[in-house]
Amino acid sequence: MLQSRSAPTPSLHFPESPTRPEHAGDYSEVVFSAAGEVERPAPDADLAAFRDHAGRLIRVLDDEGRACGPWAQPSDPQALRNGLRAMLKTRAYDARMVRMQRQGLTSFYMQCTGEEAIACAFQAALAKGDMNFPTYRQQGLLIAQDWPLVDMMCQVLSNAKDRMKGRQLPVFYSAPDAGFFSISGNLGTQYVQAVGWAMAAAIHGARKIAVAWIGEGATAESDFHAALLFASVYRPPVVLNVVNNQWAISSNQAVAGGAQSTFAARAQGYGIPSLRVDGNDYLAVRAVGDWAAARARNNLGPTLIEFVTYRVAPHSTSDDPSKYRARNDQSAWPLGDPIDRLKMHLIGIGEWSEERHVALQAKLEAEVSQAAAEARSYGTLHDGPKASPATMFEDVFKEAPWHLREQRQALGY
Amino acid sequence: MPRGTMIEAIRDAVDVMIARDERVVTFGQDVGYFGGVFRCTEGLQKKHGPHRCFDTPISETGIVGIAVGMAAYGLRPVAEIQFADYMYPAYDQIVSEAARLRYRSAGDFTSPLVIRMPCGGGIYGAQTHSQSPEALFTHVCGLKTVIPSNPHDAKGLLIAAIEDDDPVIFLEPKRLYNGPFDGHHDRPIVPWSKSEHGELPEGYYTVPIGKASVQRAGADVTVLAYGTMVHVAEAAANETGVDAEIIDLRTLVPLDIETIVTSVSKTGRLVIVHEGTRTSGFGAELAAEVQERCFYHLEVPIQRVTGWDTPYPHALEWNYFPGPDRVGRALLKAMEA
Repeated sequence: MLQSRSAPTPSLHFPESPTRPEHAGDYSEVVFSAAGEVERPAPDADLAAFRDHAGRLIRVLDDEGRACGPWAQPSDPQALRNGLRAMLKTRAYDARMVRMQRQGLTSFYMQCTGEEAIACAFQAALAKGDMNFPTYRQQGLLIAQDWPLVDMMCQVLSNAKDRMKGRQLPVFYSAPDAGFFSISGNLGTQYVQAVGWAMAAAIHGARKIAVAWIGEGATAESDFHAALLFASVYRPPVVLNVVNNQWAISSNQAVAGGAQSTFAARAQGYGIPSLRVDGNDYLAVRAVGDWAAARARNNLGPTLIEFVTYRVAPHSTSDDPSKYRARNDQSAWPLGDPIDRLKMHLIGIGEWSEERHVALQAKLEAEVSQAAAEARSYGTLHDGPKASPATMFEDVFKEAPWHLREQRQALGY
Repeated sequence: MPRGTMIEAIRDAVDVMIARDERVVTFGQDVGYFGGVFRCTEGLQKKHGPHRCFDTPISETGIVGIAVGMAAYGLRPVAEIQFADYMYPAYDQIVSEAARLRYRSAGDFTSPLVIRMPCGGGIYGAQTHSQSPEALFTHVCGLKTVIPSNPHDAKGLLIAAIEDDDPVIFLEPKRLYNGPFDGHHDRPIVPWSKSEHGELPEGYYTVPIGKASVQRAGADVTVLAYGTMVHVAEAAANETGVDAEIIDLRTLVPLDIETIVTSVSKTGRLVIVHEGTRTSGFGAELAAEVQERCFYHLEVPIQRVTGWDTPYPHALEWNYFPGPDRVGRALLKAMEA
């Protein structure tokens, strides 16, 4: 035995949360970079060109809302106003859906407050025919392409017009025409499926790309590893997005391994180029999205992107964050609010104003209200028409075998 | 009629389908260049190219996960898990994803894939090369579970599985790959080329999923079996002289209930035989269905001859494996009353 008497007693390390109900958040440990500071490699650059990026943060908008540095691309002000509109609409939609849940019109809801820029800006980088494999917190992908709110609301309400026929928990949308893959409750599963979809597109010779989405908590699932591995081996046209919003329900990202290294850094071990991006900076998300999508489209292989953001809202309507983090914790979060930041930028370049902002917000809230009234007219979870119980037995298989027909008849249908 | 092995049957089926349907791809551990550890995909990569037949990393969840994504795109993946004993890391993708995709998306997305898995014992494979996990699939709604017992059915069922629009678990009793096996491990091995059950038609044909076949017609007792146990049951019937009607189920879900009910209503006696462990095994489901549907025809209690409720042992293989002696005793017992 070479152990000396003075050797420390074995003990474990348990990561600390930077915030708790009794103390405000301290995010000084999170690695930030100044806007404009991080280089923009050529899309076909060697892996070595990315070594540094996983430990830094691509940011375009500075604290005054000015676009800086190599990732600031010339953008059409109208495209930015569309982005602002998409984010505002997403937030208004979330607020209304939470209200509907509190009114007992449905059982459950999940907001993406504070994370709107990521899905909304990334969707703008995609083309028709591409496929997102989202989690339950990328409703912005649908809203940014003006997918009908009524359709989404009917799913949340599980009513007669719910295309999922009331089979899925609220927010588990499916919309092939919008390039939005059916959401599953099982975390991480879609990440490797996205890689398979991209492999299929390449086998088929189609110029389509897949986008995988995962939260930082779910990166601990084995499918995260499998997805990176298969993406690195076959190099299909896929973009692997990690949304690091600091929280997996009550667990801080440190519990998922985020204190030891960044989530972007994980890709390097697989030989996959990776970038770490300010997820509350619409311009940065859009620029990186365009860049990674172009890489995939030009057969240059996969990219992993870590979006650094903050989950402002509770995990779900069944969650109470005041039990595990400081109230108003988001005020300690240094990357601010994505809507406020894009708004400041647009006003700064003379393409927006407080008045227009207030007017747009009111218009979108009216739009959401109108959609909500229409969706409610088709019924809610506990009231009004819903899918016939006979439909419960459909779509298990393409055609119901005898045992499902028997069970349907036993129920009286 | 030409004869061939079950390995050739499986290779033929995949070969025929890759050539016939541009959506068909096959992959798995050692499946590509090497042609599979059991040779089931030998020559396919050379013939069809790596985009149609390729090697994968050793990751079952990755193999099935990419298959689900490919199927959602519109391909027809045929994924291989090297041994059924190693499917557990993929179970989440099978149960939560492949099986439920059509249902949860109300048909927006589907997963027309096949997962091939060599299964079963009788080869001194011990705990992790002998399992029969079919009950872990038959319990999952949305999956079809198929298990052939001879080359003709293996090829026809596999082609049908690839063409099926639902996910199919395709279990291949590895003990039957090279020849039929009746449980007499102390006797010389008979190859498929010398077996009356070794017929292997050339080209494209299908055997319908959901249809059992009567392997041996009989009047005294019905035996429900699948995979290797079909041959064991046949030996037991011949050796005991009991005129057993042996039904090879071929598909476990959806089950061919009509053929079963017709037979048991005729014989009034039922013995169920499977390699998988007893408690909550597929035999329990068969016994329950028959009891509900044939109660007034039953002359004796339904018997199950199965693997014991233990992990599959190495040295005590032949004490574990439900061989012709154990099945024969059940047949005689069924005839006592």
